[in-house]
Amino acid sequence: MAATTLSSRKTIRPVTPCAPERSLWQRQRFLILRRVSQILILLAFLSGPWFGVWIAKGNLSSSMTLGVLPLTDPLLLLQTLVTGHVPYATALIGAAIVLLFYLLVGGRVFCSWVCPVNGVTDAAAWTRRRLGIKTGRVPDANTRYWLLGMLLVASALTGTLVWEWVNPVSLLHRSLIFGMSGGLFVIGGIFIYDVFMASRGWCGHLCPMGAFYSLLGKKALVRVSAPNRKACDDCMDCFAVCPEPQVIRPALKAVGQSHPLILASDCTTCGRCIDVCDKQVFKMTHRFDQRSE
Amino acid sequence: MDTGQKKNAPRSSVANSPASVARRKFINSVAAAAGGGCLLALGASLYSRSASALPAQALRPPGALPEADFLAACVRCGLCVRDCPYDTLKLSDLGAPVPTGTPYFHARSVPCEMCEDIPCVKACPTGALDPALTDINQARMGLAALIDHETCLNFLGLRCDVCYRVCPVIDKAITLETQHNPRSDRHAMLLPTVHSDACTGCGKCEKSCVLPEPAIKVFPRPLAQGALPEHYRKGWEEKARHGGSLIGDQVEMPIRGFEGSTAGRSATEAAVAPVTPAPDLPATPAVPVAPAPKGPSGLNSHWKP
Repeated sequence: MAATTLSSRKTIRPVTPCAPERSLWQRQRFLILRRVSQILILLAFLSGPWFGVWIAKGNLSSSMTLGVLPLTDPLLLLQTLVTGHVPYATALIGAAIVLLFYLLVGGRVFCSWVCPVNGVTDAAAWTRRRLGIKTGRVPDANTRYWLLGMLLVASALTGTLVWEWVNPVSLLHRSLIFGMSGGLFVIGGIFIYDVFMASRGWCGHLCPMGAFYSLLGKKALVRVSAPNRKACDDCMDCFAVCPEPQVIRPALKAVGQSHPLILASDCTTCGRCIDVCDKQVFKMTHRFDQRSE
Repeated sequence: MDTGQKKNAPRSSVANSPASVARRKFINSVAAAAGGGCLLALGASLYSRSASALPAQALRPPGALPEADFLAACVRCGLCVRDCPYDTLKLSDLGAPVPTGTPYFHARSVPCEMCEDIPCVKACPTGALDPALTDINQARMGLAALIDHETCLNFLGLRCDVCYRVCPVIDKAITLETQHNPRSDRHAMLLPTVHSDACTGCGKCEKSCVLPEPAIKVFPRPLAQGALPEHYRKGWEEKARHGGSLIGDQVEMPIRGFEGSTAGRSATEAAVAPVTPAPDLPATPAVPVAPAPKGPSGLNSHWKP
């Protein structure tokens, strides 16, 4: 995707003769894997209504897989709890499973590997790069944390799940699975917002679900690292493609830390930096792997 | 209080120091983030509040908690919709009058078939559909109301009876009450009558009403039902419960000019349905009063609600 913009920049860059030409798979590996993951999750929900083969019922808010595995969005459950309703055991167990998974694996893994909005905002970021749009003004990245806090307060005060009226994430997923059109309008709005008004505006600055998963992922195991950082030739490809570019610098340039791990929980572990780096600086690893080559 | 000298001095030394600039930047960004976050949450709250009212024709699945509690408990996952074998339940789309993503059904489109195992309640992960509901006849999804007495065929004197026949709780939720047909003066009307203590609100009556626009409709209970003040007691019920009047015998006052027609009526009955004197009507002792052009029609009713 981004390769076209980058190829124009490649001509300016000094060509290192020893750099081996990387295959398409090597250049798009994590992008392809992520799209496959997102589509498979959608298909698990859609195989029932489409082909009569029920794998997962419900949607990302709460689901039942193969009649045995309940999964519930922990943020939604938290909102339910602050309204004063104590949910039935199925929802509590489902939320505990999801919570445990993202605590261990990595909070914002949800954003890049599961969330259906990811494809939309990735497409918006790609469009923005391709068209060279520089307009707009990004809101403060902490807005999402305030929004997260405030919507919990609002749920407690109004006694209703305030955010679920407008939540683009659940709206889109519900619209896709139940064949409704309403969510698509909101998603269209987010696409336009991300393209013309704020680079990575929704996922990187506003989405309270992303903020919640970011908080969950403070101690997550799966992390991206830059062990081969001495090979970096400052081409800035990773910064251009990263949805949360501020997380790269400490690891890549050893700013405020000596190890090459990207530990900032805003990192969505999407692996695009690994894909686009011709010098193969980055790799996917765990948080205790502090080696650098 | 101050002149320009003192203002200028700190601006050059303290106000532009790196720490001060950083602090100002920090405060600015926090203010922007907090303001933005609060504004978005406020907007969502206002929208949710304005869009919370359930429209008159949208019914919740069986076992749904009271609407306010339901909106706190339902996570809008659609599992009840998926497990509904008759595709009765739908999820509300954004912009629809029903709160976004919540399950509902329209009786006229697809009514509730009242499955005995209540799969929708079993599917609910949060208890927004109360798992305590195990007998579908105890479900209270809404309340049928025969709202149009002008078009209902039974009110016109015909024997349609369809709503009565299709009712899954026939003879309890809907009964036919006979009443004299004042128009022909020789026939009976069999009036479909809904009883709130048995009606589940499944909507089969509304679905099957033969009229192009149904005369009987199902509404959410708070909309269809009145409520007596809690301190009200029905004298006749108290009397029956205690085996006699609690306040002793009443002085029976004669109603002058109508002695004949009130004869034989007890004091309480007279009090419940007092005879409105029709000045141009002569006192007739005959029980089936010939219908006067504008006479009180409820007088000879066999209505037993």
